[in-house]
Amino acid sequence: MSTTMTMAAALNAALRDSLEADEDVLLIGEDIGTLGGVFRITDGLKERFGASRVIDSPLAESGIIGTSVGMAYRGMRPVSEIQFDGFVYPGFDQIVAQVARLHYRTSGTVQMPLTIRIPFGGGIGAVEHHSESPEAYFAHTPGLRVVTVADPQDAYSTMRAAIECDDPVIVLEPKRRYWSKGEVDTSVSAELSSARVLRTGRDATLVAYGPLVVTALEAAVAAEDDGIDLEVIDLRSLSPLDRDTVAASVRRTGRLVVAHEAPGNVSLSSEVITSAVEDCFAHLEAAPERVTGYDIPYPPGALEDHYLPGIDRILDAVDRTLGRRNSREAA
Amino acid sequence: MLTTPSAPDHDLVAGLDKPLHVLREDGTRRPDPILDPLLRDVDLELLRGLYLDMAVVRAIDDEAVALQRQGELGLWPPLRGQEAAQIGLGRSLQETDFLFTSYRENALAWCRGVSPGEMLSVWRGTTLSGWDPFAHHMATPQVIIGAQTHHAVGYAMATQAQGKDDIAVTCFGDGALSQGDTNEAMVFAASFHAPVLFFCQNNHYAISEPVDVQANVPIALRPTGFGIPSLRVDGNDVLAVRAASLLAAQHIRAGKGPMFIEAVTYRLGPHTTSDDPTRYRDEKELERWRRRCPLGRLERHLEQLGASLEELRADAERRSQEATTAMQEAVAALPSPAPETMFDNVLATEHPGLLRQREQFRAFTASLAPEQTEGSAA
Repeated sequence: MSTTMTMAAALNAALRDSLEADEDVLLIGEDIGTLGGVFRITDGLKERFGASRVIDSPLAESGIIGTSVGMAYRGMRPVSEIQFDGFVYPGFDQIVAQVARLHYRTSGTVQMPLTIRIPFGGGIGAVEHHSESPEAYFAHTPGLRVVTVADPQDAYSTMRAAIECDDPVIVLEPKRRYWSKGEVDTSVSAELSSARVLRTGRDATLVAYGPLVVTALEAAVAAEDDGIDLEVIDLRSLSPLDRDTVAASVRRTGRLVVAHEAPGNVSLSSEVITSAVEDCFAHLEAAPERVTGYDIPYPPGALEDHYLPGIDRILDAVDRTLGRRNSREAA
Repeated sequence: MLTTPSAPDHDLVAGLDKPLHVLREDGTRRPDPILDPLLRDVDLELLRGLYLDMAVVRAIDDEAVALQRQGELGLWPPLRGQEAAQIGLGRSLQETDFLFTSYRENALAWCRGVSPGEMLSVWRGTTLSGWDPFAHHMATPQVIIGAQTHHAVGYAMATQAQGKDDIAVTCFGDGALSQGDTNEAMVFAASFHAPVLFFCQNNHYAISEPVDVQANVPIALRPTGFGIPSLRVDGNDVLAVRAASLLAAQHIRAGKGPMFIEAVTYRLGPHTTSDDPTRYRDEKELERWRRRCPLGRLERHLEQLGASLEELRADAERRSQEATTAMQEAVAALPSPAPETMFDNVLATEHPGLLRQREQFRAFTASLAPEQTEGSAA
């Protein structure tokens, strides 16, 4: 049943199958119809489902989200595409002041089953506003689910689950992994709010999500050379947070490293580490560490390799938790 | 391929030089070639109904202000002066046409059968949303200026896709004209020929800012730049507003795309009960608009048609009494929400973190309860 495909193709298949399965599902966004999206995620869908279900919208992000809200009032399940992470801010008010609150505001009468797709993260040498990681703004907002995907199977199953969910779900797609390939079985379903342990290990827990899941797995392989056995968790859901999966792992390993591309200040790593300290303080053998983007605006493309957490920075943090020689102090 | 549409027709907008009106200040009927065809059904009964609506709504509005002054409500946004604009619209729509309004449209809520308790609960702070939007075909008041315009357009696009003939109507004030959302919504509506009516009550002030800060041309001119036909109508002439709304709804229902109405009116009261309008507008201007009271104009018209004003006023008084008594009773009966309910409905599905916080809140609240020890009772 499974086929090898890219993450982009898996997302395309998920959207196609969702449109096929439920006539209330529709897609709306900039350039998603005739062009098939700037990343071709919606390629061929307008031809197949028509212009009223795959809507090329005016260039107005607040309009894309706000119009989707109105459609949801009428019983539709809009999947809105924000073309790039850095373009979401004009739509921020509609997301945090309307989408996130209407169910709460109306005591559950009005549901907002919107899916908001946002390609996010860096690593593609892009110009400004095309490499951002805005997840903390949304994870901070009550009333939204925020999920990330990490591989083609996860992308397919999570997108299907997001569209079927009666809550608004922001799906962050790691754009630099769009062309990575993997096996996809379209009959596999996903739970939206669970983290997953991708690799078990004894020495430290390494938590990542989105584009850094691949990096974290590569770091774990590299660590083997030093005899370090890393457990790798893909957080997947950024809100709600699956703190139980993280805590269970930290209770076994006693050490925690969290990695993401977004700046560290008031970020997902702040929250994951706080949760672990609250949930299993007594099991921690060392202070938790994080490897994040620096607290600067996303730098020019020529500098992004220095900004983005890579294998070496992750292993350096692992060394710190293990009291091994590292960049900040000799063992 | 030609990708640029031709310039919009110059006839896109009517009433620019002087807002369309069919009732003169003295109550006499004035012929109007645009609106007259929509007024053929007007008879004494209909006029009486419009008058009673406006009178009752004014009483409701005054009573809400009084309830706020008595401390029963936290805040109230008075609509005094805008009765004709709202009743004229409200009494022209089909029951299933869906309204997306701001917070000052309580006369429209009245038209939609919203109960006093439903209307007041938000302002008493017992809920964030007073009524079921689907039961009344009216979304609950939007506080973010202009945000609801998008919702109306999206709703309209969905009804269009479903092949239904009900339309969406969005109400907003002159201040909303400056919001990106309102302008974006007009782009979406025009591009997709959405069956939506943009209804702007130009009440001359956005809190303290006069309308010329938002637009230094008539507001009705703005939508024409989007290709949306527009009517500028005297918002204190209930017949004119009703006719203009019927005309717009006909146009929209016929599949001709969105329309825009600017109802030129005036907010006689403060922005809200927290506002002090004496700081920003002068008494002479206010007096001029008091004399243009929409109820007075219709009264004079009814009198000229031979209706008994005495009877009409007595009827209005009786209905107003009923409504305001119901408000007093409803306010007193509004339940205080149980503290734990603040955790309800954040998501439609389960959220483990919230369950945990609710448990912690419950434990903390329980810990505050005085311990029941023997001999502690007085």
